[in-house]
Amino acid sequence: MKVPVSVSVNGRAIQRDVEPRLLLVHFLRDVAGLTGTKIGCDTSQCGACTVLLDGMAVKACTCLAVQADGASVTTVEGLSAGTALHPLQEAFWEKHGLQCGFCTPGMMLAAHDVLRTNPSPTSDQIRHGLEGNLCRCTGYQNIVRSVQAAAQGGRS
Amino acid sequence: MTVTMKPARIFGSGIRRREDPRLITGTARYTDDITLPGMVHAAVLRSPHAHARIARLDTQRATGAPGVVAVFTGADVEGALNPIPCAWLLPNAELKIAQYRALAKDVVRYVGDAVAVVVAESPYQAADALDLIDVDYEPMPATVDPEKAAQKNAPQLHAEIPGNVAFHWTLAGGDVDAAFKSADVIIRDRIHQQRLIPTAMETRGAVAQFVPATGELTLWNTTQNPHIVRFIMSLVTGVPEDRLRVVAPEVGGGFGSKIAQIQGDFITTFCSMKLGRPVKWQESRSENYVSTTHGRDHVQDIELAATKDGRVTALRATVWAGMGAYLSTAAPGIPTILHGLMLSGPYTIPAVKEDVYGVYTNTTPVEAYRGAGRPEATFMLERMMDLLADKIGVDPVEVRRRNLIPPFENGHNVVTGLTYDSGNYEGALSKALNHVKYDALRAEQKAAREKGRYVGIGVSVYVEICGLGPSQVAGAIGFQGGLWESAIVRFHPSGKVNVFIGASPHGQGEETTFAQIVSDELGVGVNDVKVVHGDTDNTPMGWGTYGSRTTAVGGAALAVATRKIKEKAKLLAGHLLEAAVEDIDYADGRFFVKGFPDRHKTIQDIALMANVAWNLPQGMEAGLEATSFYDPPNFVYPFGAHVAVVEVDAETGRVDLKRYVAVDDCGPQINPVIVEGQVHGGVVQGIGQALWEEAVYDESGQLLTGSLADYAIPRADLLPDLEVLSTVTPSPHHPLGVKGIGEAGTIASTCTVYNAVIDALEPFKVSSLRMPLTPERVWRAIHAKGA
Repeated sequence: MKVPVSVSVNGRAIQRDVEPRLLLVHFLRDVAGLTGTKIGCDTSQCGACTVLLDGMAVKACTCLAVQADGASVTTVEGLSAGTALHPLQEAFWEKHGLQCGFCTPGMMLAAHDVLRTNPSPTSDQIRHGLEGNLCRCTGYQNIVRSVQAAAQGGRS
Repeated sequence: MTVTMKPARIFGSGIRRREDPRLITGTARYTDDITLPGMVHAAVLRSPHAHARIARLDTQRATGAPGVVAVFTGADVEGALNPIPCAWLLPNAELKIAQYRALAKDVVRYVGDAVAVVVAESPYQAADALDLIDVDYEPMPATVDPEKAAQKNAPQLHAEIPGNVAFHWTLAGGDVDAAFKSADVIIRDRIHQQRLIPTAMETRGAVAQFVPATGELTLWNTTQNPHIVRFIMSLVTGVPEDRLRVVAPEVGGGFGSKIAQIQGDFITTFCSMKLGRPVKWQESRSENYVSTTHGRDHVQDIELAATKDGRVTALRATVWAGMGAYLSTAAPGIPTILHGLMLSGPYTIPAVKEDVYGVYTNTTPVEAYRGAGRPEATFMLERMMDLLADKIGVDPVEVRRRNLIPPFENGHNVVTGLTYDSGNYEGALSKALNHVKYDALRAEQKAAREKGRYVGIGVSVYVEICGLGPSQVAGAIGFQGGLWESAIVRFHPSGKVNVFIGASPHGQGEETTFAQIVSDELGVGVNDVKVVHGDTDNTPMGWGTYGSRTTAVGGAALAVATRKIKEKAKLLAGHLLEAAVEDIDYADGRFFVKGFPDRHKTIQDIALMANVAWNLPQGMEAGLEATSFYDPPNFVYPFGAHVAVVEVDAETGRVDLKRYVAVDDCGPQINPVIVEGQVHGGVVQGIGQALWEEAVYDESGQLLTGSLADYAIPRADLLPDLEVLSTVTPSPHHPLGVKGIGEAGTIASTCTVYNAVIDALEPFKVSSLRMPLTPERVWRAIHAKGA
């Protein structure tokens, strides 16, 4: 039994009949065709699937597509405006905040949320804000530097 | 007068990475991002028992489920797939290899052992149908501890291998017995190198596309070594290598867990061969935890003999290394070659003996995991050094200093048979101690103790073997492949460059650093060089990215290839400039007549002329391209010294890591920012082992830490900023003097943090504690001894 949902993803309306159990992350990857959002676990720990739902960070693996009906979602693909990179993307690039890149989309969107509520966070505040996002490559240090640079760089 | 500033040298410059634009925009494609027309999805049914007979297996209900295209079991695979091979046939070790099937038949031997596969139109339908497969298991006793599994009366895993011992490997150098007989001091300890789960953020997966009309197979695979996959896949499936294309797409981390070929890879390929359609399989994290290879899992008994003034005269150890239920691709070499040979470390230890038993247990197969054998060796040494220091009442740094090999630039033989290339262990140690102001730190510790605060300082000195390695050695030690690396450097008519490499980076940054090498050698703009890797159809043969070898060996191949180009370019420049080649000099991308800098050709001029071939000297072929297959004459031996400062809360047992200092020496650094990043990541993984991580099996072989909810990998809020410094001691045999750095951080950090915690607990006389040093373990140790 499928239900119709309508989600605005990065400004584009996507309408589809979906199973109620379809996870938002699968909706984004398989229905909307936006594979930038990653899946890193099945217990909601890792945060690789973090997207913005009506402007706030959520783990898309722990959200059903039907819960996003009528809402607006921003994925990593929606961070940049045209070809211009978002300050977070620019900062992660500048500060070597990524290695394999798999955690990076979710990490940047979680950081977006940190900066939304705290535009000038300390290193400790950034670390606490990112405790729900796991990275195995970087040891987090350059991620923290990236978020600090983005905070200094301007709008979030 | 104008002053021309010479631009900073590109080699040594922390430029930002070529890899990043596609990664930060979400446009990079990892294996699970690949969709092909007609593609179907595989889900694997895995044994819930650690050891059981399959009494009944009925797939009928699953076959009829919505969207299901096919269901296959071990019976279907028999005859179609050869057993999964072990590719490290350790000689002189009584190696006994158990038959390892892609889908188990009759008996399952670990939780996660693959039993059946459902192929369906969608992943949800495939997962639904798994529940409809009826399996009756007859559970049998299981054994999970490597020491216990090797004892009499332990449950037997493989009928053809009574005793469960996969191999018994020994290393001996010098006269260990004499040293122990005449020792003033003997230290003993038992160490558990707990099993770890590598947990790359991307799980493993594969997309297999077999085309029946042509017999060709394309396999997209989360691998660290696509050419090895091609080789092994051809042996197992019968698809010849010339028709087998393996592509490593973007790969989200490996750390050793994507070296081996595991059941899922072969199952996916088999399904595609049977169905003639593309098939995708991607692990969930829970599946990854039982299906993808684990790391470490040693039980070690160590003895150290020393003089009364702390000079080590011998080290003797027995190790039981858990292998899991089957031998993984490179598994036998990890607790032996990559471990035992480093048993004298950076010290002048004249006698060493080790017995290593590789033991089958009803657990997930064990394979390389960052450091792979070397953390286990360094930990042994550094623990023994601290225990020795405690025994004779000497500062732990001083004890180490009494044993360090003095600095050397070009070769030092050690008792295990290796020749280290270059080292300055005292230099790294001094730098670390000066940076933390060690004496003042000890004074602060004393003052803190008087106030009832338990501060601990851990110091470690390490050297490790990496940059695998001389292929002749590979053959001698049973590795069923070579360990050279390849590079093709190709100049296009417009002067842009493509580099094709056999290595397969997955986050380490070689698309950037290798462009820096070419730019440095030939003056090409670094943004005019694109590095191509990962696809066996368009890259030369290579042996993979692991063991900190890509820059040490692959980078060497690249340097040699660019120098071949330089030689040819010089010849052509001479010809075009009508000067003898001896009169041609090179600087910054220009070939010019000595003394006449205006008479020059740029490398781009040469590239165009070589490609159009209008005017080449007699006997010169067209094109500006060179290939190198570089076989290193030795391994490389990075080294360093680390310091950790911790504070333990005696009431909760919680360890707070206050400071961590790493001084590492990987020779000249192509890109210091990337080097630092590798140290950050490596150190944090090692800290994870010391404080938080453990793969726990219960007695019946159930993996209790079966997901990220129970297996605690490091989080951002648990770590301080690391202080990363370096010394630079070139390798005498590498064309660029460069050593590896990918694993060094992990090799040093576990023991550094561990030693710091034991040091903090000194007032409680705790000398040994099992890792991870969770609050509960630390608290119990404090309270067992009394406050």
